[in-house]
Amino acid sequence: MATDDTPQQGKVAREKSPSKRGRTDSLYGVISIVGCLIAWQLAVSANFISEFFLPGPKLVFNLLVEMIADGSLFMHIGVSLARVVAGFLLAVAVAIPLGMMIGLWRPMFHLVDPWIELIRPIPPIAWIPMAILWLGLDEESKVAIIMYGAFFPIFLNTVSGLRGVDRVHVWAALTLGVSPRQIFWHVILRSALPRVVVGLRLGAGMAFIVLVAAELILAEFGLGFLIQDGRNQLRTEQIMVGIVTIGVLGYLINKILLWLESKWIPYRETVEEDG
Amino acid sequence: MSEKILISGLNMTYVSDRLERQVTALENIDLSIATGEFICLLGPSGCGKTTLLNLIAGFLQPTSGSVLTNGVAVSGPGPDRGVVFQEYGIFPWFTVAQNIAFGPRMRGASKQEQEEVVRHYVDLVHLKGFEHHYPGELSGGMKQRVSIARSLANGPDILLMDEPFGALDAMTRETMQEELLNIWELDKKTCVFVTHSIAEAVYLADRIVILGAHPGRVKEIVEVTLPRLRDRSSTEYFDLYRELDAILRKEMANSQAELTEA
Repeated sequence: MATDDTPQQGKVAREKSPSKRGRTDSLYGVISIVGCLIAWQLAVSANFISEFFLPGPKLVFNLLVEMIADGSLFMHIGVSLARVVAGFLLAVAVAIPLGMMIGLWRPMFHLVDPWIELIRPIPPIAWIPMAILWLGLDEESKVAIIMYGAFFPIFLNTVSGLRGVDRVHVWAALTLGVSPRQIFWHVILRSALPRVVVGLRLGAGMAFIVLVAAELILAEFGLGFLIQDGRNQLRTEQIMVGIVTIGVLGYLINKILLWLESKWIPYRETVEEDG
Repeated sequence: MSEKILISGLNMTYVSDRLERQVTALENIDLSIATGEFICLLGPSGCGKTTLLNLIAGFLQPTSGSVLTNGVAVSGPGPDRGVVFQEYGIFPWFTVAQNIAFGPRMRGASKQEQEEVVRHYVDLVHLKGFEHHYPGELSGGMKQRVSIARSLANGPDILLMDEPFGALDAMTRETMQEELLNIWELDKKTCVFVTHSIAEAVYLADRIVILGAHPGRVKEIVEVTLPRLRDRSSTEYFDLYRELDAILRKEMANSQAELTEA
C-alpha cells in the first residue's frame, strides 16, 4: 500500500529542485532574446542592413520611449484593447449559449455543423469589405471582425466540452439520487468547464490576432492604425513600435489568461484544444 | 423479505454497430440474491456481467423479464443502489471531500452534516489527510477508495461494483479486497461484485455466479463456505480456485468459435 498511497504531488516535490531548473530554462530564454537584439543592433550599426529596411532596436526603443512619454502609445493601446474586449465579449455572448445548445442537442448539432465547417476556414480579413458595407466604417465593423475571429475557438470548445461529458459521471450522479437539474449544473457544466475555459483563452488570443486586420478599416487610433500610418508615412520604426507592442501585449494577455485558467480549474486534467 | 434482488426471465438484446447485427447479451437469467449476501458475477469478457450489473443499477432496461429490488421493479437508477464503477466514476472537478459529500449535499444536508459524513467515510476508507486533494492527484487504489466512500456516504441499500479493482496492481488489489470485506462486515449490505478474476471471487463472495458467454447465461452457481477473512494459501481456497478455473476454461473453449467469428 505504501507506494500506492503516495500522491503524485509528492513525487514531483521529491525531484531535485525543479525551481532551479526553471530558472536555468528562463535564463536561456533571456540570453536568446538579448543576444538576438545585440546582433540585430550590430548588423544595423555596421550598415549591413539599412535602418529604413530594418530599423535597429535602438531606433525603435527611442520612439517607444518617446511615445510612452507623451502618452500616445497608451492611447493607442487603450483604443485597441477596448475593441478587443468588446469583440471578445460579444463573441462569448453568442458562442457559449449557441455552443451549449448544439452540444446538448444532437439534431441541432447536425443542423449547424455544416455551416460552421464552411464558414470557419474563411479568414476574418476576407469579410472586411462586407463588414464595411453592412456596418459602416466606424467601430461596429471593427468589433464585428474581432468578434468573428474570437467566436470559433470559444464556440467549438464549448460544443466539444458538452459533447465530451462522460456518461459514467451522469450515471454516478443518478445513483446518488441527484436530480436532472442538479446534474446539469454540477455534473454536465462542471465537466465541460475546462474546455470552455480553454476556448475562452484561445478566443481572446484570436481577438488580439484579428485586431490589426480589423484596424485596417479606416481608423484614427489603435495599434493597427499605428502600423498602417507608419506604412503610409514610410516610417518603418513606427511600424516596428506597433509590431513590438502587439507582441508584448499578446504575450502578457496569454500569460494572464493561463494564470486565470489555473485558478479556475485547479484540478489536473488533460484538455485538448479545438479550433 | 429475505430476497433483496430477484431477477427472473431476463433477456437483453441490442444491435451492435461493430458487428452490424443483433447481439444477445443475456439470455434467460434467473437469479435470486438474499439480503446481506455478497455475490460475485464471474465470467470471461463478453459474458454480459457488466450488462447484468447495469440492469440491476437501472442504467439499461431489459428486452424482456424483470429485475426486482425489495419486491419493486427497477425502472431506473436510484440512490438505493450505490454503484462503484471500474474507472473514472469519481468527479475530477471535486476534491475527495466534495466527492464524498456530493450526494448528501444535493439532498440539502447542512454543512455540519456534510462535514460529519466526510470525516466518517474518509476514516473508513483510510484517506485521512487527502480530503482536499483532487482525484487527479491520487493513485488508482485511492480513487477507488473515494468511489466506495462516495457510494456508502449516500446510504444505499445495495452496493453494485463493476470490476472496481480491475485496473489496480496485484498487491493493492488484495489490500483493497480485504478492506472492502472489513467495511462490508460492519453492516452487511447486499453486494453484487463483477469480476473476471477467479481469485477475487473466491476471496470475496458468499456465492459465485458463473456466467457463460455468447449469449450470456448463468452456467453455475458456486457457494463459498470458507470462513472470512479467507486464507489465500489454504488448500480449500486452492481447491475451489481450481474447480472454478476448470469450469471457466471449458466455457472459454465453447465460446471461442463465436469469439473468433466476431
